[in-house]
Amino acid sequence: MCSLCSFFKSTIGRKILMALSGLVLVLFVLGHMLGNLQIFLGAEVINAYAHKLHHVLPSSGLWAIRLFLLGTVAVHIWTAISLTLDNRKARPQGYEHDKPIQASYGARTMRMSGVILLFFILFHIAHYTARVVPSMEYGEEGVLSETMVPLVKHGEVVMKEGEPIMTFNVNDMMVQGFDVWWVSVFYIIATGLLCLHLSHGFSSMFQSVGLRNTLWRKRLDQAALVYGWVVFLGFAVIPVACLTNILEVDPTGGAAEPVAAITETLHK
Amino acid sequence: MNLDSKIPEGPLESKWSSHKFNMKLVNPANRRKYHVIVVGSGLAGGAAAASLAEQGYNVSCFCYQDSPRRAHSIAAQGGINAAKNYQNDGDSVKRLFYDTVKGGDYRAREANVYRLAEVSSDIIDQCVAQGVPFAREYGGYLANRSFGGAQVSRTFYARGQTGQQLLLGAYAALSKQIGLGKVKMYNRHEMLDVVKVDGHAKGIIVRNMISGEISKHAGDCVVLATGGYGNVFFLSTNAQGCNVTAAYRAHKRGAGFANPCYTQIHPTCIPVHGDQQSKLTLMSESLRNDGRVWAPKDKETAKQIREGKLNANDVPEDARDYFLERKYPSFGNLAPRDISSRAAKEVCDDGRGIATTGLGVFLDFRDAIARDGKHAIEERYGNLFEMYECITGDNPYETPMMIFPAVHYTMGGLWVDYNLESTIPGMFVGGEANFSDHGANRLGASALMQGLADGYFVLPYTVGNYLGEQGVAAAGQVTTDHPAFAEVEADVKGRIDKLMSINGTESPRSFHKRLGNIVWEKCGMARSKAGLEEAIQEIQALKKEFWENVRVVGDADSLNPELERAGRVADFLEFGELMCRDALMREESCGGHFRVEHQTDDGEAKRDDENFTFAGVWEYKGDETVPALHKEPLIYENVKLVTRSYK
Amino acid sequence: MEKTMNLTLRVWRQKNRLDVGKFVEYKLENISEDSSFLEMLDILSEQLVEGGHEPVAFDHDCREGICGMCSMTINGVPHGPEGGITACQLHMRHFHDGQIITIEPWRAKPFPVIKDLVVDRTAMDKIIQAGGFITGRAGSAVDANAMPIDKQTADYAMDAAACIGCGACVAACPNASAMLFTAAKVAHMNSLPQGKAEKNRRSLAMVTTMDGEGFGGCTNIGECEAACPKGIPLDMIAQLNRDYALAQVKNFFQPVL
Repeated sequence: MCSLCSFFKSTIGRKILMALSGLVLVLFVLGHMLGNLQIFLGAEVINAYAHKLHHVLPSSGLWAIRLFLLGTVAVHIWTAISLTLDNRKARPQGYEHDKPIQASYGARTMRMSGVILLFFILFHIAHYTARVVPSMEYGEEGVLSETMVPLVKHGEVVMKEGEPIMTFNVNDMMVQGFDVWWVSVFYIIATGLLCLHLSHGFSSMFQSVGLRNTLWRKRLDQAALVYGWVVFLGFAVIPVACLTNILEVDPTGGAAEPVAAITETLHK
Repeated sequence: MNLDSKIPEGPLESKWSSHKFNMKLVNPANRRKYHVIVVGSGLAGGAAAASLAEQGYNVSCFCYQDSPRRAHSIAAQGGINAAKNYQNDGDSVKRLFYDTVKGGDYRAREANVYRLAEVSSDIIDQCVAQGVPFAREYGGYLANRSFGGAQVSRTFYARGQTGQQLLLGAYAALSKQIGLGKVKMYNRHEMLDVVKVDGHAKGIIVRNMISGEISKHAGDCVVLATGGYGNVFFLSTNAQGCNVTAAYRAHKRGAGFANPCYTQIHPTCIPVHGDQQSKLTLMSESLRNDGRVWAPKDKETAKQIREGKLNANDVPEDARDYFLERKYPSFGNLAPRDISSRAAKEVCDDGRGIATTGLGVFLDFRDAIARDGKHAIEERYGNLFEMYECITGDNPYETPMMIFPAVHYTMGGLWVDYNLESTIPGMFVGGEANFSDHGANRLGASALMQGLADGYFVLPYTVGNYLGEQGVAAAGQVTTDHPAFAEVEADVKGRIDKLMSINGTESPRSFHKRLGNIVWEKCGMARSKAGLEEAIQEIQALKKEFWENVRVVGDADSLNPELERAGRVADFLEFGELMCRDALMREESCGGHFRVEHQTDDGEAKRDDENFTFAGVWEYKGDETVPALHKEPLIYENVKLVTRSYK
Repeated sequence: MEKTMNLTLRVWRQKNRLDVGKFVEYKLENISEDSSFLEMLDILSEQLVEGGHEPVAFDHDCREGICGMCSMTINGVPHGPEGGITACQLHMRHFHDGQIITIEPWRAKPFPVIKDLVVDRTAMDKIIQAGGFITGRAGSAVDANAMPIDKQTADYAMDAAACIGCGACVAACPNASAMLFTAAKVAHMNSLPQGKAEKNRRSLAMVTTMDGEGFGGCTNIGECEAACPKGIPLDMIAQLNRDYALAQVKNFFQPVL
């Protein structure tokens, strides 16, 4: 067997792949959270951030990153499924008296939290990235009012070749999206599960690649817990703020005047 | 019976090297034509099987456990001796040789003991090369401790699990050969008989303990490394499965059994409690380095302690009898095993024993804790203290430990010559199963040394010599088609059928317990003529009763622990009688054998060198016939026989 | 003065490998709290023999916690509820009068039940045969002190080598993984200088055999460590993962097997 095949076939090899893909996702989640939290700095900032994400690379680059992330998720899922199937086979008959000795709830429910998170991610992408969730399509009647707003920097509309740069009003998309109560509830539950998943996964990652010992296990376990909570709070605070009207829609995208007025001025 | 010990000519120091030179060799290309059967996978068997396979012989190895890694060598705690003199404290091959001969109370064969001391260094080298994690000093070199009454620090150890680590070393070497296909391993197979062809051992009959299938195995020679017979006492520190069957079956086929009465009683075991107990647990002898052994001076105090009315800690200093320190001032609590055990027994016989049964003495760490601090004691013995607390529920940091002697090791075994070949040609015996190196008493940390010496450095040579003498034309010529195999197989099957058909009322375990009681009471720490004669009568009666009234439930063609035990108990019954006969014959006290008729005025063992400087070798003469005694005189050319004194 | 207790046992009975097996309930009376768990089973055996029934078959040998033969899951925990000991070291004082105790065999595909509580653990031997050794044929060794080994390394190797091969780690793991067992041997030998020469071969061969025997994978949840009577830590598994990954990298560029 070729050495790569034997690596992928082995339980340890697959587990290492799972850890490495997990690491990418852990970092992605952190970045995503920090990005999202910019909504508290105002529509101007979050919209500018979103604009930057979309335009800093050419669109092929953007797609490459998206595919990489999707690929990572796919690897994470494939290793999880194939290892789970092997693990089930290894214990065809279970114990009648079956109670864990010490394993944490998070560790024992990785599969459950993982599966629910997968469904959440699919929904989340459909909702905010592809925007194809029925009745929540961007710009459809009754959901979101405006599609594009000008890019704003320091309170001024950013102009390019005499035209304002138009960008997506991410602020309103988020606020209005979370104003639907069940979307928010699903989101909060999912980020809670993410916290649970990370509370084991974060430290486990280091174990799988062999970078953990008894001393560092305690530290990493604590770090995992802290990290899980940070991620949970960082994400969950946004829907909560939306539902409690701390965050509100801003149809101008942070500009002093409505878009229509600006455009009008320009055309005069 | 021919008891030619085949000790090589020449001075003691060069016997082994000149013998090795004179041995027949087998050409490496011809070795694969031979097939060696090894029974037992402990230190001796496992090491021999691995080493022979490394040399190129084909080996079949058998063990009754589910894996060769579980042989009872694994339970040895303390350490292994070697004359390395790494401590620069005056140790040498000659000193180790001398200590071993003296420790064995001058009842071992000089040449064998010298060879043992000589190869002891190679064993340590070999084990370290295999990755045995011996204790080390901060500088990275091997650590040693003094052990079992030795005046030099020559004991190598791996925490309190030296036996385990050495066995796992041998097991690893064996596993490699199994993986390479040079050794075919038969787990859960019990040897039930040996097959002789033209007088030579050429095969064995075994029972597959899972399927019950009886099978025949032929080879060019047979190596028995089947351990000791301590379980004849029912309660001992041996594993539950340890048995005399293989050795005794070989004895019945013509192998002389030497010195069966030499049994070692280890002084520091946890006392018996209740009648449901199945085994005795040894606490490492190293505890005696810091613990002080005592019993109350008067019977009344002892009685109050037994009844739980008085706490041992409340016994004032002047009411305590530190009897080992009192009787043996220079060795104190480190007196050899036989001496310490007997001293404890005397105290209990005197009515001053403690523990609920009155069969126990204290091993007290109070003074050591006061001197060195609890932390230091914990460092040294933490795991042992935990083990003690786990079994008894008492905390030895607070209340003194209770200890009592228990059967631990058997020095007697099948008689072998210098080549470790028994009186059946082609049948070699190694480790505890043979009688050779310890005389009447074994020193601490010597059993591991002997097992590995036999397995790594003696049998691989002497077995090769035997095979070389047989000639390559004879290699693999005997097969299981030989009529001798069918004959012995029929015997084995007949015996099993008989055991299954008796259908009496009493379980094999119950018979075992009763036998154990008889031999412990009458052939244990102190033996008398009258007691031994009674014991022989009682054992004969018990044997008769066994064959009339034993009840073996289950069937013979599946896993049946009751049948296994019944077979073993049947052999123990016959063997127990032989042991008593040997003890009766030996009208002296030496080492682990103490005859009350032969003691000094202050109760010390009294040897009779004039009449008993020999190995007593018994020849089987038939079930209803008294076995015949043969004597191999022990000639001491290098050591002067003196009375052992540890005062 | 000796305290005794009455117990109800629910014991897995299975005639042989092919039998389906079921729980059978037994009542036991007057069990001393000083008895060990296996002595309690001995008493059950005697009781069954008296009634002409076959006793419960279970593996056991040394009865002092070192041979690794005893193997039973007591109330869902391999070797019973007290940590750090084997079933043979478990004493009845940890149970109480009237308690119901469920006893099951090790459950894992590579450990088929032979009878009642007895399982076949040769799969573990096969892992060792694949590479759990340091090749050093008798006679070839240099002086034992020729190669100093720092104490920390020697102690670590000893921690790993303390494994008794009982299989409790496999029994406790929800995936029936033998990672802790394999890792302990790999950690023992790979960390010693003597074992370096075969390090990569060993890591690859033992893991391949482990997977091939049908053990599950590790999910890093630590049940094995908690059930291990010898306290083998999860560190060893981390080392196995690392050594295996490095061996695979090496093997990719320059095959070692």
